[in-house]
Amino acid sequence: MSVWIYVAVMAGMTYLIRMIPFTFFRRKIRSRFLNTVLYYMPYAVLSAMTFPSIFYATGDTVSASVGTVVALILAYFDLPLIVVAVSSSVAALAVGLIL
Amino acid sequence: MRQDFLKGMRHGIPVMLGYLSVSFGFGINAVAAGLSVLQAVGISLTNLTSAGQVAGVTIIAAGGSLIEMAAAQFIINIRYSLMGFSLSGKLSSSFTTGHRLITSFGITDENFAIASVQPEPLTPSYLYGLELVGLLGWVLGTFLGAFAGNILPMRVTAAMGLMLYGMFIAIIIPPAKKDHRVLFVILLAAGLSVLIRYGFSFISAGTSVIVCAVLASVIGAVLFGHKEAAT
Repeated sequence: MSVWIYVAVMAGMTYLIRMIPFTFFRRKIRSRFLNTVLYYMPYAVLSAMTFPSIFYATGDTVSASVGTVVALILAYFDLPLIVVAVSSSVAALAVGLIL
Repeated sequence: MRQDFLKGMRHGIPVMLGYLSVSFGFGINAVAAGLSVLQAVGISLTNLTSAGQVAGVTIIAAGGSLIEMAAAQFIINIRYSLMGFSLSGKLSSSFTTGHRLITSFGITDENFAIASVQPEPLTPSYLYGLELVGLLGWVLGTFLGAFAGNILPMRVTAAMGLMLYGMFIAIIIPPAKKDHRVLFVILLAAGLSVLIRYGFSFISAGTSVIVCAVLASVIGAVLFGHKEAAT
């Protein structure tokens, strides 16, 4: 199957999700339960996408693990996204060069 | 009008800088997964979303079904609907349906965060300025990353593959530190994801994200009640 068909489905779905409520609905979601689920959803998505994939991201479990730990520590201290992202890469690269 | 457009662009600059580095990581990952530079840039230009694009590339690389693709995008990006609902109430009277149709494309976590804290009603010009600058950063970063993925040494691009995940960690850890319910949901989602990867490996990566995210969010909501409760 052509990659562009996937891209069209991806883009179409993502656009509809953004467009429909923004354009046509003017009321708030009343269900507290649904609001809560939607509040947790992005965190759950990001976490499920990150683990365990992050340990395979560099092709070497040791350097990826070091990069992960660096990211966790820096994120814990509220450092900006770019700093956390770049530092974890640099740490993994350094480990890759040493080993 | 021109004033608002420029103001939106100015507000978009920090977003653009953030997007540059993140989409650079996306470009590298996309090429590593077998996509061309043009395909990677095409995805960024038409989607403008990090998590959805990463999941999308995973599904493409695995040769998943279109239904799986649509379902994954739905689950991952449904938060934009909520943001759209919320922003919709903040628009100025000059916001016609046509402007809504166009600017809804640029609802992202970052644009939403900036737009929703503006004191005055949002004009179309302001949102166009804000979204345009972010989109430029997102597309340019993807191009540079995808291009670099083809010319930089393997060792370097392999390490850069961590950037996107590093950013995801930087997004989820600070709120988890402040709110134990978020921490629980994150740990549960990660645990389920690990369980599926090693215990139920016949479940595809795209489906796994959907299952883990829905289960963890619903269990979190059932256990802890609505989010305003304990804060």
